[in-house]
This record gives sequence, C-alpha cells and structure tokens, in this order.
Amino acid sequence: MKLTRTDVLHVAALARLNLTESSIDPFAEQLGAVLEYAAALNRLDTTGVPPTFHAVDISNVFREDVPGNHLDAMDTFANAPESEDGHFIVPKVIE
Amino acid sequence: MNLHELTIHEAHDLLKKKEISARELALDVMRRIAAVEPSIDAYITVTKELALTQADQADQQIKNGDAGMLTGIPLAIKDLICTRGVRTTCASRMLENFVPPYNATVMEKLNQAGAVMTGKVNMDEFAMGSSTENSGIKITKNPWNPDRVPGGSSGGSAAAVAADMCLGSLGSDTGGSIRQPAAHCGVVGFKPTYGRVSRFGLVAFASSLDQIGPLTKDVQDAAILLTAISGYDPKDSTSINRPVPDYFNGLSNNIKGLRIGIPKEYHTTDGVSPDVTAAIQNAMSVYKDAGASLVDISLPHAPYAVAVYYLIAPAEASSNLSRYDGVKYGLRDQKAISLIDMYRETRSGGFGPEVKRRILLGTYALSAGYYDAYYKKASQVRTLIKGDFVKAFEICDVILAPVTPTPAFKIGENADDPLTMYLSDIFTLSANLAGIPGLSVPCGFSGDGLPIGLQLLGNYFDEQTLLNTAYAFEQATEFHTRRPEIKI
Repeated sequence: MKLTRTDVLHVAALARLNLTESSIDPFAEQLGAVLEYAAALNRLDTTGVPPTFHAVDISNVFREDVPGNHLDAMDTFANAPESEDGHFIVPKVIE
Repeated sequence: MNLHELTIHEAHDLLKKKEISARELALDVMRRIAAVEPSIDAYITVTKELALTQADQADQQIKNGDAGMLTGIPLAIKDLICTRGVRTTCASRMLENFVPPYNATVMEKLNQAGAVMTGKVNMDEFAMGSSTENSGIKITKNPWNPDRVPGGSSGGSAAAVAADMCLGSLGSDTGGSIRQPAAHCGVVGFKPTYGRVSRFGLVAFASSLDQIGPLTKDVQDAAILLTAISGYDPKDSTSINRPVPDYFNGLSNNIKGLRIGIPKEYHTTDGVSPDVTAAIQNAMSVYKDAGASLVDISLPHAPYAVAVYYLIAPAEASSNLSRYDGVKYGLRDQKAISLIDMYRETRSGGFGPEVKRRILLGTYALSAGYYDAYYKKASQVRTLIKGDFVKAFEICDVILAPVTPTPAFKIGENADDPLTMYLSDIFTLSANLAGIPGLSVPCGFSGDGLPIGLQLLGNYFDEQTLLNTAYAFEQATEFHTRRPEIKI
C-alpha cells in the first residue's frame, strides 16, 4: 500500500494538521509501510465475525439524574487560553 | 540505612513500628531524586512541598493508629494522570501548562490511603511510544545503562522505581506501556483487566485499551498498589462493578498444580535475542521445579496483533486527540486570525512527530472508503485474538511469554523507523486487545547486564492467580533484588 503526497495532505486536512514540506514524504513512506504490513490481515477470512469495539462486554450504563457536587463551572476556565465572563473566546467565525 | 531503597511493604512495617517517620522517608527520597535526576531525567515535575505536607499528615495518621498499607509511602505518578493543582503535561507541548481542576479517581484513592506524591514522571508524548524518546519534555535514561532507553511509554515510572527515586509508581498500559518499561528497567509492572481500575482522569489515548496500573520493586508492592486503586467508579462507565479482593493478603507462593500455558506462536517468533530466550527457558524450569505443569497452547491469531493494534489504537487516538483545538485548555496559537487556522496551527505546533503520525494513520483508517478495509477488519480480527485467549484459558490458568524480543535498545537506534519500533511490541499488545490482565517480573539479565522481564498473562479478573504466579517466581529467584549502580 503506497501512500501519495495527496493522500497524506488529504488526511492531514481532515485531522486539522498543517505539515511542513519536509515532513510529507517521510510520513507518506512511514504510513505506507504500516498499511502495507497491516494488509496481512486480508489473509484472514473474517466473514461473519462480529467486530470487537470493547474488550469486556458491557452494555449501556445509566444512572439516575440527581444533582450532585460537580466541578465548579468557573474552575474550568482556569486553563482557558482566553475567556471572558464564563465564555471561551475564539477568533472571529462570522464576518 | 538508605530509606529510598525500601520496598513499600518494608517501609510500611518501619512506619507502623514508628522506627522511621513519613517525613524522614519523604526527605530521603527527595534527596535521592535531587542526586540522580541529572543522570536519569525521570521527573517532569517534583512536588517536594506537597510531599512534605502529605508526609506530615501521614505521620499524624500513623500516630492516631490508623495507618494503611500506603500511609506515608512516596509514589511517583505518570504525567497523564490528572492531579488537582499539579501540572499534568502528558509530556506534550500541547499541555505544558495544563493544571487539572480535578483529581483522577486513582489519585483520590491514593490520597484517601494517605500516600505521598513525589511528583509527575516522564513518558512518551500522550503515551505513544515504546522508549520515552517521544517525550516533548526530556529523554529519560535507563538506570542500568544511560545509553539505553528505559522503555515506554511509562519510562519515567520504570526508571524512577529502578533508580529508587520513589517507592512505587502508577503508569498506564495501552499496548504494553507498563510491562515493557518494567522489563527494560528490571522492576515489576502490572496491567489490570480492562475495567478493573477507573480511567476517570486518565488522559485518553485509546479508550478501549487504556488501563492504569502499578510499577513497583517487587510483587508484594504491586499487590498493595493494585488493591488500593481497583474498583468500580460511577465516573467511568467502562469500569466493572465487581468486588475487589485484598490482593496483598491473598498472596501465596504455592503454585502446585498450576497449569502454565506456553503459546507455541510466542516461542517461535523471529528476532528474539538468545539472552531473552535463555531467561524464559530458565523461568519455565523454575516453575516446573515449583510444582506447576507446563501446557502447550496455541494463540493462532497472535502474529496479527501488531497489525490490529496499530490500526485500532491510532483510530481511537485520532478521535480522542481531536479535543486539542486551542479553545478550552492547553496550547493556543496566538497568531492565527481565523478559527480553522487557529485549530491547525495549534495542533501542528503542539503535537510531536509520533503523535502526528498516529493521528494521520488513525484518521486514514477511519476515513471514507477505508473504514471497512482497515478499522472494521482490525476490529474483527480483534474478536479472533480475544477468542484465542478464551479458548486457551479452558486448559491453562496463566500464560507465560517474553515481554520484549530484546533487552533495552540504544537511545536513537529505532528513531527513524516507526514500523520496527511497533514490531517490538508483539508480545504485549494482545493483552490489551483482549482486555486480560498481564504483568512483567524480572527474570534475568543479558550478557551486557541489562534486565529481562518475564510476562505472565491471566484470565479476566483473575489478578490474584497472576500475582501469586509471579510471587512464586520471585520467592525462588533473586533477580528482583538487584539494583543498578548509578553514576552520580
């Protein structure tokens, strides 16, 4: 499985990453090598095998909706790069 | 007497008899950290003031006669476990200044138990790596040989325990990140069953694989720490509501009649060094002498573990790490003028190369047109890997294997070749994919004096049998008593 520069740039755009020019070819080569290795999985017939997304079987866990002591909302702003009056500030979205 | 050399259970006995105080113990460990940190680089943050405050509280507790096993015990915490008021970096520039507003559940439990935190220790960035070379903060050295890696991703934990810079440590294991550094540094490392320990407050890497567990100087200490951190947590809906045994009081070295499975696939893997093979063979004969029986088993899908893991873990990581967008916490690029550029510049500047590599790989495996071929296929083979273990445990009680194909490699040796680095995880990944518990216990040394680990894998929630099997080995051997000589 060879990855092209276009593939890498497409995936980087999906992942919201800018790549430096010099890193694109090495990433294409390294990711291609892993995908080529992973192609070994195609040797296995998995028709009808259910996928495992969780190692230990558990179904939905529900709890009663009761008020409790939770993190103070204002404490969550202590790490914010920029905030004001209980709001996170981000660059302007709408012109 | 050098107090920092004590095990947890030894220190507990002395504290309880009031032959030493928690303050003396904490001060001695702090002196040790100051002396060897320049050679080892295990710590990202040392919390001396907090440690002394906690030690004084512990001394009060001991005076009042209600000391538990961990009261006054100095522990180092991997820097991806949230500690209220203490910077938690994940060894990433992204979180270099992140101070959590809450504690992970395991920290609440340790605080409740009266433990003393010495600080936060180094790791591969966001726990992605097998050498701690991917840390965005510093490179940790193997205490047995400073030219070698300590393993990873819990390399700071393993090095700190091996170098007596704490009495024990908490790490996390997503594909071997506790067991592998424990093997490389000659200490004990334990990955519990998935769901045994709450993940609340553990910064997520791959949520279906991550578990917190102890790294310690011996098996008794692992049993003490595991007992303290296990249990159901309403804040982690994937934690399992089952009673927690007292693993320490349950320890027994009687393994007569124990059936130890020897997987033929693991013992015919290419690239295993002769030193490792010899140490594993020796472990098998130690067990035979102790009255256990060795059973041939087969894990036919084990050779596919690397392929499965390196699709599933990056896929989960790419999703989990989408939260680092520069909005709510962590790094933000201040120059960007549009929101989308702010996301991109923040993420590009905050993540190191291995984290980017895995985000790209995971995004690819989940992207339109490739989901079925990669992510879904890997998840189906994960079912087969899990099935192999379920079948194997019908005829054996524990499984014996190497932890790593070779002893610790040289710093920089695998830096440009991610796939080779990934392949070295072959023996540890399956336990995470299946969710079963596993541990590493020292079982020998290479010709050039590097430690070798023995891996034992157990059935779901059968941590006690696993600990007993390792304890029996420890009682019959002396590898765990050896300590590295560190040039200061």
